[in-house]
Amino acid sequence: MSTQLTVNGTPHRVDLPDDVPLLWVLRDEIGLTGTKFGCGVAACGACTVQIDGEAVRSCQVSLSDVWGDVTTIEGLGTPDSMAAIQQAWVAHQVAQCGYCQSGQIMQAAALLAETPDPTDAEIDDAMQGNLCRCGTYPRIRAAIHTAAAKMKET
Amino acid sequence: MSRIGTIARRTFLIGSAAILGGVAFGVYKVRQPAPNPLTPAPGAAALNPFVLIDQQGITLIAPRAEMGQGVHTTWAALIAEELDVDIAAVRVLHGPAAKAYYNSAMVADALPGKGYDTSEFQHTVGEALGGVGKLIGLQVTGGSTSMKDGFIRMRQAGATARETIKQAAAERLGLDRAQLKTENAQVIAPDGQTIPYTDLAEAAALIDPPHVELRDARGWRYLGKSVPRVDMVGKSTGTAQFGIDVRLPGMKFAALRINPNLGGTMNGFDASAAETMPGVERVIDLGTGIAVVATNTWLAQQAADAVDIDWGAAPYPPETDAIFARIAQAFDDKPNSTLRDDGNVTSPRDGGDTATLPKGTISLSADYKLPYLAHATMEPQNATALFTHDALEIWCGNQSPIFQQQACAKLAGLDPDAVQIHTTLMGGGFGRRGEPDFAAYATQVAMAMPGTPVQLTWSREEDMTHDYYRPGALARFTGTVKDGQAVMLDARIAAQSATHQALNRWAGLPAAGPDKVLVDGAFNQPYAIPNYRVRGHVADLDLPVGFWRSVGASFNGFFHDTFIDEMAHAAGRDPLDFRLELIRPVHAPSAGTLDTVRQMSGWTGKTPEGVGRGVGFTYSFGTPVAQVIEVVDQDGSIRITRAWIACDMGIALDRSIIEAQMIGGMIYGLSAAAYGKITFSDGAVQQRNFPDYDAIRMHTAPLTEVAILEANTYLGGAGEPGTPPAMPALGNALFDLTGTRARELPLSNSFDLRV
Ligand code: FES
Ligand code: FES
Repeated sequence: MSTQLTVNGTPHRVDLPDDVPLLWVLRDEIGLTGTKFGCGVAACGACTVQIDGEAVRSCQVSLSDVWGDVTTIEGLGTPDSMAAIQQAWVAHQVAQCGYCQSGQIMQAAALLAETPDPTDAEIDDAMQGNLCRCGTYPRIRAAIHTAAAKMKET
Repeated sequence: MSRIGTIARRTFLIGSAAILGGVAFGVYKVRQPAPNPLTPAPGAAALNPFVLIDQQGITLIAPRAEMGQGVHTTWAALIAEELDVDIAAVRVLHGPAAKAYYNSAMVADALPGKGYDTSEFQHTVGEALGGVGKLIGLQVTGGSTSMKDGFIRMRQAGATARETIKQAAAERLGLDRAQLKTENAQVIAPDGQTIPYTDLAEAAALIDPPHVELRDARGWRYLGKSVPRVDMVGKSTGTAQFGIDVRLPGMKFAALRINPNLGGTMNGFDASAAETMPGVERVIDLGTGIAVVATNTWLAQQAADAVDIDWGAAPYPPETDAIFARIAQAFDDKPNSTLRDDGNVTSPRDGGDTATLPKGTISLSADYKLPYLAHATMEPQNATALFTHDALEIWCGNQSPIFQQQACAKLAGLDPDAVQIHTTLMGGGFGRRGEPDFAAYATQVAMAMPGTPVQLTWSREEDMTHDYYRPGALARFTGTVKDGQAVMLDARIAAQSATHQALNRWAGLPAAGPDKVLVDGAFNQPYAIPNYRVRGHVADLDLPVGFWRSVGASFNGFFHDTFIDEMAHAAGRDPLDFRLELIRPVHAPSAGTLDTVRQMSGWTGKTPEGVGRGVGFTYSFGTPVAQVIEVVDQDGSIRITRAWIACDMGIALDRSIIEAQMIGGMIYGLSAAAYGKITFSDGAVQQRNFPDYDAIRMHTAPLTEVAILEANTYLGGAGEPGTPPAMPALGNALFDLTGTRARELPLSNSFDLRV
């Protein structure tokens, strides 16, 4: 059972049963550990990645159902070359334990791509599936506004 | 003196420092072999257990668990402040399990004093504390102690290393040490010549450390400011490595299923279906459950679910009500502690005579009930282990490396020195990761597969149903007020003792003596109530309980402060005024936090229709915290809209991190108050995943303002004290809004809270 998928622009061929969720393909097969496991039941958002720009819970997408190019947190930017949204996350010192933040950032990036200048209510709507047990919500909100402002400039 | 002699002598110095509480400067003899990053390679020098310099640069060791509270950053800042290095240019590592990394503050915090009142240290030290005393040498992150522990020691570590490096430069240049300056990891000579620390470290390692005075706070560069966190870029780019991200060559992935009847045995299992499932390599008998080893975590989880298992029964009553009946029975026993007994308490519930109370006295009483709670760290429990017969290596996030080492060594039949613990970042701890169970299970799995590294990851369901829970707790309060004044408060609290259980579990010590933690947040509140008694009752139940962010204060904060609110209303007083008046004469910094939230929130004691406000106050871990919470009725569902927090930990070492801890601590408390409960049916925990155990999210989190005060005499903690007052503040706000008093949590049981 060999499946082809493209992650962060790189093609991969993986040998795994069709029903293995994308999350576990990324983490245990391809070795991209930035995407996190939190619940496995679409209740926490830690596993959020983008498929063709749409934020999805990778714990809910079977390998055989991956319908487009996958972008993970590693594909968004790197420590030496962070995306605007990641810079905003650093500027606001958002992360505490940091475990939920890959998912938060991928979700927020998808929100900003669709809604470049979101209101607080739009942020509430888009982000409520992403749990943060450390309670970083106020700084996430601030960082999204900052990233929105910055992306408007450029 | 020969180099070997120097090393031996300095190693000894570290040993004595571990007893005296001072800092030892010397070559740190790292016990573990390569590839431990601390092992000084040729040309490198470990100037003391906290400063390692090699050709690549400077590494600071922050041997405290980084679970989100920012400890690596502030710990490094303490060293860097004196060492004169740029935090952004140094590496910060956790380092190995080692006695040199003991926590010096934890034992002091276990003494029975109230904290805000030092004279109370004269109180008798209870028998259990003898046991705690034996634990000196523990490398533990918890009890909000890291800054109390490191504040002097780490600045001394930095200062001594700096002056010794200067001495090496002085000898090289033929100058006097006093003529030299340091900046940005270089020594600067009077003529402007610079020598990098990296060139001097090896020579410095042979020099006797000079005596050094610490710098005055007025000159601080890092401390008291907001330092960019050392882990922030990694955590914003997915490159930070948590325990669950460890990847080793040839590594296998395992899943776990342990008896849901906690502490029960396994009568037998049938793994025939699981064994033929894709990717499965082994099914391992763990005695109280099974592990499946596979090529992929998810395949392992699927197979683990397919194992047919016959579980033994739990050693505690199988239903929640029966468990709470057992807790209530503890009230019939003689109290385990009476850590406060001021004035003359006559409680009608003790058969005291209320008929003789002066005219105009109002009596009130209230019973409270709080549920068991799970930690629910964002990263499920996991550990990676590699067993090679004569050695064991463990990779995991943990709050107690030495316990992990000892527990795993015992299981593997190895000397603790043969067990190497690599402490990774952790996706939340909240007290859960002080327990060694996740490393122990990984050890068992690795022992079945010598030579193969195995990562054992718990499903969220396993994690939530196999916690060391925040104990469920009951309280019975009685009080009297007269002429608007508090006259008497009598509190009785009953719960399982997490301390007794943990001392037994971690250190094999028998349960004994008064448990201060059981009444923490109740007996040590700075209120001038003339007749004031707090007694703790230990419930004898064999249900696993542990330390949950703020521990005893996580229930006592709610009990005590809610009752104070009830007394204020019985006395016909504004609840904030009532608290302030009682607190001001006892502890001015605590009063300061209440004054501040009053001002910030524009508290008037009145709220418009459809809006409720509550105040909450708890002194815990040396830090008073006051909070005002506002709730709004929006079309029949209640929303937590705003919050104001004021805290005082004496010296605010990093304002940005403290603000984050205060907000995060409050949200953790609000999550529990609003939605958190762990219940039992048929011996098993009923909540299995986040849909059953929800928490505050983006759309339910209040807009929050934080004020950080610095009037407190002693350095207080930051990680936990934000949690306790959030729960009563929310209950008090709901009372203000609805007139219904919440005496049980979670509030979603009785109020229509927005989810
Ligand atoms: S792991 Fe996918 S939503 Fe939680
Ligand atoms: S930062 Fe810890 S869970 Fe979000």
